[in-house]
Amino acid sequence: MTKNLISQNRRSFLKVSAAAGGGMIIGFQIIGCKTENKLPDFVGPALDMPESWNEMNAFVKIGENGVVTIMSPNPEIGQNVKTSMPMIIAEELDVDWNNVIVEQAGLDTDNFRRQLAGGSQSIRQGWKSLRETGAKARNMLLQAAAKEWDVPISELTTDAGVISHKSSGKNGGYGSFATAAASMEIPGEVTLKDPKDFKIIGKDTRNVDGLKIAMGKPLFGLDIQREGMLIAMIEHPPAFGMKVKNVDGSAAKAMPGIKDVVTINCEPEGFNKQWSDVNAFPELVVIVGETTWEVMQAKKALKVEWEETSSLESSNDHESILADLVSKPTAEPARKDGDPEKAFAGAETIVERTYNAPFLAHNTMEPMNFFANVTEGKAELVGPIQTPEFLRKSVASLLGLEEDQISIMMTRMGGGFGRRLYGHFAVEAAAISQKVGAPVKLVYTREDDMTQGTYRPAYKVTYKAGLDADGNMIAFHVRGAGTHGSPVFADRFPAGTVDHYLAENHAKDSNISTGAWRAPRSNFIATAEQSFLDEVAEVAGKDPIEFRLALFDRAIKNPVGERNDYDPKRYAGVLKLVKEKSGWGQEQSGIHRGVSAYYCHNSYVAQVLDVEMEDGLPKVKKVYCAVDCGIVVNPEGAKNQVEGGIVDGIGHAMYSALTFSNGTPDQNNFDRYRLIRHSEAPDEIEVFFVDNGIDPTGLGEPSLPPIGAALANALYKATGTRLYSQPFSTEEALLG
Amino acid sequence: MANFNLNVNGENRQVDVDGSTPLLWVLRDHLNLVGTKYGCGIAQCGSCTVHVDGKVVRSCTTPVSTIGDSKVTTIEGLSEDGTHPVQVAWLEHDVPQCGYCQAGQIMSAVALINENKNPTDEQIANALQGNICRCGTYIRIKAAVKSAAKYS
Repeated sequence: MTKNLISQNRRSFLKVSAAAGGGMIIGFQIIGCKTENKLPDFVGPALDMPESWNEMNAFVKIGENGVVTIMSPNPEIGQNVKTSMPMIIAEELDVDWNNVIVEQAGLDTDNFRRQLAGGSQSIRQGWKSLRETGAKARNMLLQAAAKEWDVPISELTTDAGVISHKSSGKNGGYGSFATAAASMEIPGEVTLKDPKDFKIIGKDTRNVDGLKIAMGKPLFGLDIQREGMLIAMIEHPPAFGMKVKNVDGSAAKAMPGIKDVVTINCEPEGFNKQWSDVNAFPELVVIVGETTWEVMQAKKALKVEWEETSSLESSNDHESILADLVSKPTAEPARKDGDPEKAFAGAETIVERTYNAPFLAHNTMEPMNFFANVTEGKAELVGPIQTPEFLRKSVASLLGLEEDQISIMMTRMGGGFGRRLYGHFAVEAAAISQKVGAPVKLVYTREDDMTQGTYRPAYKVTYKAGLDADGNMIAFHVRGAGTHGSPVFADRFPAGTVDHYLAENHAKDSNISTGAWRAPRSNFIATAEQSFLDEVAEVAGKDPIEFRLALFDRAIKNPVGERNDYDPKRYAGVLKLVKEKSGWGQEQSGIHRGVSAYYCHNSYVAQVLDVEMEDGLPKVKKVYCAVDCGIVVNPEGAKNQVEGGIVDGIGHAMYSALTFSNGTPDQNNFDRYRLIRHSEAPDEIEVFFVDNGIDPTGLGEPSLPPIGAALANALYKATGTRLYSQPFSTEEALLG
Repeated sequence: MANFNLNVNGENRQVDVDGSTPLLWVLRDHLNLVGTKYGCGIAQCGSCTVHVDGKVVRSCTTPVSTIGDSKVTTIEGLSEDGTHPVQVAWLEHDVPQCGYCQAGQIMSAVALINENKNPTDEQIANALQGNICRCGTYIRIKAAVKSAAKYS
């Protein structure tokens, strides 16, 4: 057994570790003994476990044999931060990555900051503090070596976990100084590496859970098994705008394996609602039993009477409401530059187009689920959650507990995409565990998951561009509306490039719950805007890339307004890079090309997409993608993210829609809700990163928004028809 | 409830369940083999893919009563240590993002490779069309399937 050597000031960490690990059958620890490794070298060596661990800080433990454990603080939803965040610490700690074990940290706000997966911000916001964490631990090891060798710390150097003193010829591994280092003073300030000296950052590094995933090891919330654990499922109202009126659970309760049928209210009077508590159905019927299948069967035997509490909305209603909104000016513009009305009146040509997109469900492959064990004065929660800190507040309020009586462990998540920002399912698990007095795993069926979402809202936007006689864009107007909030970002491109500019935001409230869905708002507006600009460039008789570059040139030399939320040089940079790499302008027989570029989550992306028509249906042959996200921590992982965003973006623009009839989603599983499949993915994606040494920015989202327009613009070339409404596959030109 | 003697990953396992229980839930809830995933319950997403006598089966819609003496292979049964050629190819190409669908993808890929060591793009797409990946790792999956042969 290994033991922890813990100094007094690190107790809080120990406490959380114990709470997080205690009694869990599913394993977050790496295999504890060395095995004969028959795997290829690229998998990395099997490691000998040390006799004892020495904690440098909450993130770093070093064994006497030099093996290092690095805690990954943020929730892992597939954005690969469990690999890339520890890489940043390992870089400044200056260890051999092959000697590193990564463990997922639980929620621990004493020791970690911003344990949240959202907005593509984990790396950007963690960058400095993760580097400092590694550098501080390294400094403590150096202090210990300097003391033992009685030499000045300034004469010591490190390389791959070994400390050296050149003039005396002394060398020693981190492991031999780890015990002494753990009691050294934590330095206030440390010098960070010059990025040109990076050895781990910038190097392709495989997913730390890759082997476990390929072997089907238990990693996910749904995989949790515990002694005495019951399975819980919910029955929610069949339509948005309804609630529970009356429950007859007698038939269900009499079925095999069923323990109880209860109702819960997750938002009782006085509940301190967090932003993350988005939930259309706080009152639910719950079935609790021994096994998943038995509970699923009992769910069908429930007799529940529902009652209407507000209007039952249909997609036709949404369409007419949004159409009405975009036809009218807003009371106050979101942004106005110059005199748009006058400029449009004097324009030689006006182009006006309207774009539409439906509601979307998140459809993470792992449905919502959570484990909760609520006992007297204590609650333990384990499962997939992007916002554990806010979940703890909600659970504390619901159960009347203090936050330090609640532990939350994040499992690896079978997708997030924004869905697990909204932790009502975990709050429900806590409510159920309390009510039935047993540890429970709440499991949503796919149907529960798809019909009780925090959906991407339906959107509509109208664009108008005014051109002068030379085809220059002299006036621009955008007016957007959504079933929750407007999709328009008033200060983003092309704001700042046009003298006369007007942006207007309309919104309609709906009782259908909506929320962030991978690249919120951008996931629609980029496709609309970049499709529109393609059409405007065509009307102006200009090449679509040159047309955009001229606008960026204007914003670089003489920007309009002061609130422009982008750097036109970096924006133009990715467009020029993709132009060069794709060989833009060279015609290929049978290949139709579209271009698009967008900026969101602090990163810049430009794409060229090649499509071929096969039997009247489009086939994406290749996507060229240029990305400026500053320093790339893990290039192979980063490429995977960019590829994924492109496939996901093409899939949703082409195929996906959630529609409503009288408050009920018309699609409740993958037989009716279409997601992109193997044959529909591009044959090839090539990714090019701008190498500029700027601190890293977001990458989980930015490649998704622009690709819909690259696709639409290519499909226009292929079919002669512009596409204005998603999903494109239902448009007449693409019906095959 | 009834007793079923199953051959799972080369071992004899006994479960006492209702015969209508899908193989998926027998594996997950009764045999603690949770590598096989629940995704849709209607054989549309492929997360639950296993092999029955070497053939691809969606375990979420396969009642345990239909298994009989057939040999069931799950992701856990491919190898002791992750060294099955398809698993190694998955590691080489660093395929997963979230990882949830990958067990199903791998099981479909193994069945394909067993029949055809050097499949074309089209054959790969056809064989894996029933396996959805919301993260969009399809291109890496294709590359991994193509390189699996070199590890066998």
